[in-house]
Amino acid sequence: MRRIGIDVGGTNTDAVLIEEGGVAASVKAPTTPDITSGILDALARLANRVNLRTQPLDGVMIGTTHFVNAVVQRRYLNKVAALRLAMPACASLPPFCDWPEDLARIVEGGVWMVEGGHDYDGRAFMPLDVEAVARAAREIRSRGLTSVAISAIFSPLDAAHERAAAEIVARELPEASVTCSADLGRIGLLERENAGLLNAALAGLARETICAFERAIRGSGFDAPLFITQNDGTIASAAQALKLPVYSFASGATNSMRGGAYLSGLSDAMVIDVGGTTTDVGQLRHGFPREANSVVKVGGVRTLFRMPDLTSIGLGGGSHVVLNPLSIGPLSVGYRLVQDGLAFGGRQLTATDVAVASGLLELGDWRKVGHLDPALCASVLAEARRMIEETVDRMKTEAGEVPLIAVGGGAFLVPERLAGVSRVVRVDHGDCANAVGAAIAQVSGECDQIFRDMTRSAAIDQARKIASDRAVAAGADRKTLKTIETEDMPIAYLPGNALRVRVRIVGDVAAGS
Amino acid sequence: MTLQEISADDIESLAVGAWVLGTGGGGSPYLGLLNMRRLYAEGSRVSLIPPDTLADDDWVAAVSNMGAPLVGQERLTDSHTIARAVALMEEHTGYRFRGIMALEVGGGNAIQPLMAAAHLKRPVVDADMMGRAYPEAQMTSVAVADLKPCPLTTVDVRGLESIVDRVPTWKWMERVSRKICVEYGSIASTCKAPRTGAEVKRWGIHGTTTKAIAIGAAVRAAQRAHDDPIAAILAVEPGKVLYKGKVVDVERRTTEGFLRGKTRFDGLDDWRGAVMDLDFQNEWIIAWLDGLPVAMSPDLICVLDSVSGEAVGTEVIRYGQRVTVIALPPPPVFLTSKGLEHVGPRAFGYDIDFKSVFQS
Repeated sequence: MRRIGIDVGGTNTDAVLIEEGGVAASVKAPTTPDITSGILDALARLANRVNLRTQPLDGVMIGTTHFVNAVVQRRYLNKVAALRLAMPACASLPPFCDWPEDLARIVEGGVWMVEGGHDYDGRAFMPLDVEAVARAAREIRSRGLTSVAISAIFSPLDAAHERAAAEIVARELPEASVTCSADLGRIGLLERENAGLLNAALAGLARETICAFERAIRGSGFDAPLFITQNDGTIASAAQALKLPVYSFASGATNSMRGGAYLSGLSDAMVIDVGGTTTDVGQLRHGFPREANSVVKVGGVRTLFRMPDLTSIGLGGGSHVVLNPLSIGPLSVGYRLVQDGLAFGGRQLTATDVAVASGLLELGDWRKVGHLDPALCASVLAEARRMIEETVDRMKTEAGEVPLIAVGGGAFLVPERLAGVSRVVRVDHGDCANAVGAAIAQVSGECDQIFRDMTRSAAIDQARKIASDRAVAAGADRKTLKTIETEDMPIAYLPGNALRVRVRIVGDVAAGS
Repeated sequence: MTLQEISADDIESLAVGAWVLGTGGGGSPYLGLLNMRRLYAEGSRVSLIPPDTLADDDWVAAVSNMGAPLVGQERLTDSHTIARAVALMEEHTGYRFRGIMALEVGGGNAIQPLMAAAHLKRPVVDADMMGRAYPEAQMTSVAVADLKPCPLTTVDVRGLESIVDRVPTWKWMERVSRKICVEYGSIASTCKAPRTGAEVKRWGIHGTTTKAIAIGAAVRAAQRAHDDPIAAILAVEPGKVLYKGKVVDVERRTTEGFLRGKTRFDGLDDWRGAVMDLDFQNEWIIAWLDGLPVAMSPDLICVLDSVSGEAVGTEVIRYGQRVTVIALPPPPVFLTSKGLEHVGPRAFGYDIDFKSVFQS
């Protein structure tokens, strides 16, 4: 294995080269507005450190927060036509009905609701009204819209109506980009549809961004395939990622956790990523972050799809420290630490200053914080410990002590001993954990379905088979498949002992894919 | 006569308070809330009348949504369907309803009468028949009173309509209407047996919509002010804190279509070292502290997020959550021996005599 992992963050573009045996080199370059030149810069810095031409590369894996930032900042989004196959149900709650107004104004290009959809037991809820779909497609074309999001009742269980509608739309609008909500998974029409609408709103940006990535790779003279990392720590080919940009929303945090796992050699552990402003805590199971199984808000929109389960608190190296009464964060000096922090001659007491005064860290000028009372510093660090302990404990799924991998620039705030933690693991290259996580990403397949009148084990076997086939279809090598998550949940008020099963399977990228 | 308009803000509070009174079940009020926001944005207004303003011979509709919350998450909630169930009942019986009330104030069903009322331009009667959420039709004040269980209308959003005209008992009503509901796709909007003004005054559980709004308003005000939301609830309701702790285990299974299981907690603060187990059957039914029963249905057992004060449901509770368990007093109608037959611990399979948290 010889891969380059790149993390395009808001501030820095990090790049690492991973070879058999570990990290060969890691570099940081500033992120640029056009993305391309930042990546070119990072790759040039990497080439200065190691010879990249001696052997072929298996791939370049890029993780980016670009798409989620676009939604949060309401920039670079295109208008979307919403086509829902659910009439006569759901009429009083049309697409966009629970969006923040400012975002809906930017994205909503029109709503079409026609008959269609399925029931949980596989029967059609209503036959698909193909005439109405064709009419809608013509209206969408006449309005000049080129991005369409299609949703249907229970499409994760039977996607036939969404697929049929997508074909009709493609006939009328061959150049349009079409998102089917079934490709985004989860049960919960409004939240799944919201994820589809966001995905469709990113169609234009996804095209531009992925072209910029490809330009940068080619510009650096590599002919390795480009992969984009996703929320669950796996990768999609550039062509696939272009269709589903929402799948890379949270890949930054996921890559950090996966990178922490790789660098520490642990696959089951908690990970704490302490940055300048916030701390993210998540749990690794089989080397992957546990997934959130509940609504996640993105830019104020309620969504439900494959996202890592993370808790964030306002604690970081740049956090403001207030002494009376004692509190840390959530305000932070952020990237202005080197101007505003006491240890750098600034006027704001930060968590970093306390760490420097306590001898935990060498940064800035310790003499500028020498006047801080040691007892006071101890109480600030104790407060940071309390915040970390509580957050780690909240994210645990079972009692008992677990190892905790500490990564990120603010990891010095994590003490060596914590309640509920067997040991704190620190790793080399921890500040580039996200690029490392990108470099080592695998391919996955998921199944989330309701099974009836089956034993629990038969239902889980069936779900595994479906998820395995999907992983292989996505480019995984069947021989390397591994189940990383199995969850079953009995459902109230349904006949036939209904069981909802969710299974996720991963494998290595198949050669030649 | 008292006619009080429900404000848009009251409805936001109702959604939060109804979820608390859902005692772990009843389904999320979110989709009903979205419908009401849109109806209010379009100019609809709903008013609330106290039950004692009803004439004895007035007719009142009792409404609820029936079925699997999961199906509701896909088909969503359309405010017209519940209104149609009421209109169908008027067509069938020839009555004109003076007002519309909730069957169940706990969870999403608290909003159903508001949706029907907005479309049919009738007031909501400030009362329900459970004072909380319960899983079955016979677990109501009107069933305890042995009032007539029929007729019942069930409506599917596609225009399927059924009437259960005659059944001898509430249990029969539960069985027959559940079958219809399953055929519809495990969700139906229903208008239960119409009640006279006299029946509502004698057997309804009064003031529960107002109570849910007050609880929700207290929680929301505390959230805005960063105050303790639990203390805020206890300032408006005569409840008792049973326990503070964190979830350490959750076990779930479905039997006969109901979600059963138990949740274990480890104590925090004053309860450090004490273990609580909460058994649920869709709703929280019985609380055990260090192996001894300390609270049970019909006392309301509410599990609340210790920070936000919002209710935590039995379908979503999970390891690591910090919660406060409180008890709220039950409607007196359930404290009689007949009431306890319907909703006491033995109705849920526990061979224990009921003892209220609120008995001194």
